[in-house]
Amino acid sequence: MREVAHDYGERAVLRDVSLTLAEHRVGVVGANGSGKSTFARLLNGLVVPTSGTVLVDGLDTRTQLREVRRRVGFVFQDPDAQIVHPTVAEDVEFGLTNLGVPPQERARRVEEVLVRYGLAGHRDHPAHLLSGGQKQLLAIAGVLVMGPQRVVFDEPTTLLDLANTRRVARVIDELEHDVVVVTHQLDLLAGFDRVLVFDDGRVAADGTPAETVRWYVDRMS
Amino acid sequence: MKSRDLAYVALFAAITAVLGLLPAVPVPGIPVPITAQTLGVMLAGSVLGARRGGLALLTFLVVVAAGLPLLSGGRGGLGVFVGPSAGYLYSWPIAAFVIGFLTQLTWRRFNLAWAMVANLVGGVAVIYALGIPFTSIYGDVSLTAAATGSLSFIPGDLVKAGIASVVAVAVHKAYPVIELPRRRPAAG
Amino acid sequence: MTAALYVPGAGPVHRAPAGLKLGLLAALAVGLFVADRLEVVAGALAGVLLIGLGVARLPGRALLAQVRPVWPWLLALLAFHLVFTGWHTGTVVVLRLLALVTAAAVVTATTRVTALVAVVEWLARPLAVFGVRPARIGLVIAMTLRFIPLIAERAQRIREAQAARGADGFRFQALVPLLIQVLRLAHTLGEALDARGADAPAPSPRRAGASAP
Repeated sequence: MREVAHDYGERAVLRDVSLTLAEHRVGVVGANGSGKSTFARLLNGLVVPTSGTVLVDGLDTRTQLREVRRRVGFVFQDPDAQIVHPTVAEDVEFGLTNLGVPPQERARRVEEVLVRYGLAGHRDHPAHLLSGGQKQLLAIAGVLVMGPQRVVFDEPTTLLDLANTRRVARVIDELEHDVVVVTHQLDLLAGFDRVLVFDDGRVAADGTPAETVRWYVDRMS
Repeated sequence: MKSRDLAYVALFAAITAVLGLLPAVPVPGIPVPITAQTLGVMLAGSVLGARRGGLALLTFLVVVAAGLPLLSGGRGGLGVFVGPSAGYLYSWPIAAFVIGFLTQLTWRRFNLAWAMVANLVGGVAVIYALGIPFTSIYGDVSLTAAATGSLSFIPGDLVKAGIASVVAVAVHKAYPVIELPRRRPAAG
Repeated sequence: MTAALYVPGAGPVHRAPAGLKLGLLAALAVGLFVADRLEVVAGALAGVLLIGLGVARLPGRALLAQVRPVWPWLLALLAFHLVFTGWHTGTVVVLRLLALVTAAAVVTATTRVTALVAVVEWLARPLAVFGVRPARIGLVIAMTLRFIPLIAERAQRIREAQAARGADGFRFQALVPLLIQVLRLAHTLGEALDARGADAPAPSPRRAGASAP
């Protein structure tokens, strides 16, 4: 990511951020409005920068959007804003249909992730009857079923209780994918390789979790 | 249409359905209880604008026609589309489109007065202009007779137009969905 | 989710293609309007009832439930015609409407929602000329069904929040926070659609180029 800046109208949300993310697990923290959510959206082209370039595996999010999206999955904070279809299996299948996967393979892959995330018993249930934690697992399943190489999580546990936060944290820990996790829950980042602290649209600190999280907590207190 | 527009269209189709679930409210001085469903027509037009508002109501009608009982009072299916009051249903997407069109037309100086104009023209006049002749032709009755039958609904519709206008103005202040053309070449 | 008006069954009416049933319903609507004779409309009603109750074996309740909302209209029409034009026209008008509404109820009760949506997508195919993608109709309908319980739930929450601060009953002022909340939700859902490849079939370079500064 080079010299990236982004603004919404008058308000600059990111200024001159230049970064290369090569680590397996990267955490992003920062106050509300610090630009971390926009940063996350830049990584899979949901937001195209007003200036500068975002490259994912050398692919420009501006010109090779489709390929970038295929490689980078995105999990949102509120699963209700991510679940598209009324029933569980249909929703997981949605992304595969968009990828043009043939029906038989779709069914197989849907079944596989439903089992992996403990949703197999809810296959034909209405999504709105799931618990908050199950909804977030469904959202994650719907992204992972598409076979991305990297996954960006935008505050995946903010709306969850402690038990479900741990469950989602464990799911993230077990992923072989490269992940970027934006969060307010600092303990989520314990085993991470690198943590970025955003402040007023800039990267204010960048390093191992131990260093950056302490810096962040000191600053906030 | 961008994906976001599809989501907005689905949202207002659903809002119209949810408004239909609300029980009819008896209002003192008005002969028939007010149902909230046409509030959905007005809100779709005034919040989303012409194209998306019209499509939202079209989507709603397709879902009803497909057999979901989402019209107020739990009605649905194809029967309501061939009944004597079907003209009112058919008018909804057009009404939402007209409301949206008028809202966009007055967008730069949009206020409560303009919102009222849009909702009264699109949400009341257009609906009766289509609903009454339909009943008249369908039931083989004169226009006057068909119009007399629907008079009792007018006070409720005026109340709804007022509510929709107040809500539309407030929503536009906090979260404007209608964008002015230009500034950017249309994406998507 | 609100239950559909579909009544499960396996007879020939259930198995008939949805497109055919809709086509016949449309033909019946036109035919009954051309024919102004009592025998024809009465025969049509009898035929429809025979198909619905006899062949499709629908419970009378299922049909009645769908016809019931039309009763007040039919009575008003009958009254009007008895006063102004005579019993013959009145009976024709009422039987004609009753036949049509019942036929529509039979189609609705014997056809799955998904099958009817597929017909709509099929009918929308010619619109591809204008850039409409018929497959997206199904997507929008799915999202509508997803949104209905969600909106109801959020409305309930706002009502509770307002009740906690002393405001009882539903007030239309609650519509403003509700709408803003669900508009935000829809906005993010739009992003989620893109993130999950809903716009993938479009030629992406042109799209991305268009939103560049």
